[in-house]
Amino acid sequence: MHILKLIFKNSFRHKLRSSLTILGVAIAILAFGLLRTVISTWYLGVETASASRLVTRNAVSLVFPLPLSYKERIRQIEGVKSVSYGTWFGGLYIDEKHFFANYAVEPKTYLGMYPELTLLPDQKAAFFRDRKSAVAGLKLAERYGWKIGDIITLKGTIFPGTWDFVLHGIYKGRDQNVDETAFFFHWEYLNEAVKKVSHSWVDQVGWYMIEITDPNLAADVSLKIDQNFKNSLAETLTETEKAFTLSFISMTEAIVIAIQLVSFVIIFIIMAVVANTMAMTARERIGEYAIFKTLGFGGFHVAGLIFGESLFITMLGSVLGIVLTFPAAKIFSKALSAYFPVFNVETETIYMDVGASLIVACVAAIFPTWRAINIRIADGLRRIG
Amino acid sequence: MDRFTIVEIRHLNKSYRRGNQILPVLTGISLDIEEGEFLTLMGPSGSGKTTLLNLIAGIDKADSGTIKVGGIDITSLSETELAQWRALNVGFIFQFYNLIPVLTAFQNVELPLLLTGLSKKERRAHVETALRIVNLSDRMDHYPGQLSGGQQQRVAIARAIITDPAILVADEPTGDLDRISAIDVLELMERLNRELGKTIIMVTHDPRAAKKARIIMHLDKGVLNAHPQIDF
Repeated sequence: MHILKLIFKNSFRHKLRSSLTILGVAIAILAFGLLRTVISTWYLGVETASASRLVTRNAVSLVFPLPLSYKERIRQIEGVKSVSYGTWFGGLYIDEKHFFANYAVEPKTYLGMYPELTLLPDQKAAFFRDRKSAVAGLKLAERYGWKIGDIITLKGTIFPGTWDFVLHGIYKGRDQNVDETAFFFHWEYLNEAVKKVSHSWVDQVGWYMIEITDPNLAADVSLKIDQNFKNSLAETLTETEKAFTLSFISMTEAIVIAIQLVSFVIIFIIMAVVANTMAMTARERIGEYAIFKTLGFGGFHVAGLIFGESLFITMLGSVLGIVLTFPAAKIFSKALSAYFPVFNVETETIYMDVGASLIVACVAAIFPTWRAINIRIADGLRRIG
Repeated sequence: MDRFTIVEIRHLNKSYRRGNQILPVLTGISLDIEEGEFLTLMGPSGSGKTTLLNLIAGIDKADSGTIKVGGIDITSLSETELAQWRALNVGFIFQFYNLIPVLTAFQNVELPLLLTGLSKKERRAHVETALRIVNLSDRMDHYPGQLSGGQQQRVAIARAIITDPAILVADEPTGDLDRISAIDVLELMERLNRELGKTIIMVTHDPRAAKKARIIMHLDKGVLNAHPQIDF
């Protein structure tokens, strides 16, 4: 006979109560895990940002363009390896509900700068060759059943009109965290079209992507670029890709904080549920704890029984919750792929699940343990019978 | 043959607090119990019998006075020392058996041995011997809920003697049993006293149970006297 066996047996003495508590913990951990995954997905762009890439945008705001002529001037700055550029197209596929990110880019330099977007050589060549062509991420193509050669029609919002693209490539992410729901086409195609309507965006780009020779030069190169265009009609703001992504996230920081708060509230609620279970359990068994103490078992043993039971019940629920998190995340990912292009449960999230469960189990056991240890044996024995 | 005094109580006082009121339970109790004695404490409800038993067994603390058991002044021991002392020196038999319902008879009897350094094999040998003494070898895998009251009390007795303690304290051991089971349990206790030389201190209301003891003490309003007379 072992104390662990006793903890196991005690945990299922009140089967319904223990099962409901385990189920509650499982649901709480599942919800906590999903919310933490939403938060980590929110910051995914920051994590995947390359230290050797800079972004230069209009110093006033991202909605204002930069002249195409800046490209050569940027390229000549010391420490710059290559320059690419892009523009947010903001086209709609079918209607507003079918949202996905679509960009006009300079294909060769852009794909050269993003080796994490992998494309078959023949598809890449076809994309480079045809100005009306486009490439889409694998998840996006799967979502709409697109095949190579399909004509994809987008309705312009910033750039009015109906835009047809021939799908010449479907890219895959080199890593699990790469967004596979984006759509890229030739900036040149966009520029030629806007020229015809004398749009203010003629020969203008949304931003420049700059690859630098050494990540340590990021601050120097950024400064040089911005100094280069000081007092011009379109002053620039250059920052690392990570800082650029973070500036986007900061716009939605309130939502992230709200999600974080809700995730902690869930843990707090389940802590109260487990604490209630353990308080009821300990109150019912106060006589038994007195027997243990009578037989010579010390407070340490009694604490072990209560903490052990709390840990066992909570961790059982936690494991169940963690196991359920993966299929739930897949369902979540499919249902909300337009908003969360990548929705992977990070290892760090699992650690947080386990950490939260341990905290819940320990906090829930403190008060019942304190009560069981401090009750006089004679008083405890009087509760029996 | 000379027997030594195993329990020596001097000027023992104990009171309980009820709100602002202090209720004296035991007043100036002095008592000697010799090794191998079978002593019964009788008295009306609330007279302090169980309190005195608890004090001798080291599960309650006196306000003043001394209790020496086997030469050790247990009133001076800390809670931890007292727990260790109880584990080795006292066997407990309660009115409601106080077995752990999720453990089998074997596991209940084995409980006190978990605090010793005995191996699993040694523990098994001890438990089997104890269960044989109480004539329950064939019930060792049964849970308390599968045993009768008398059988449960015999498991409790096996648990009480498993560490071979010097004294056994029994608080109304037959209080929850039918007449036949009560006789069985009392005969078993008598046998433990007679054959194994266990010192037994028993609290009871039952004159028939008290008859098994060699010494009967009467406690009334916190004062201890030799029992004047019992009609059986």
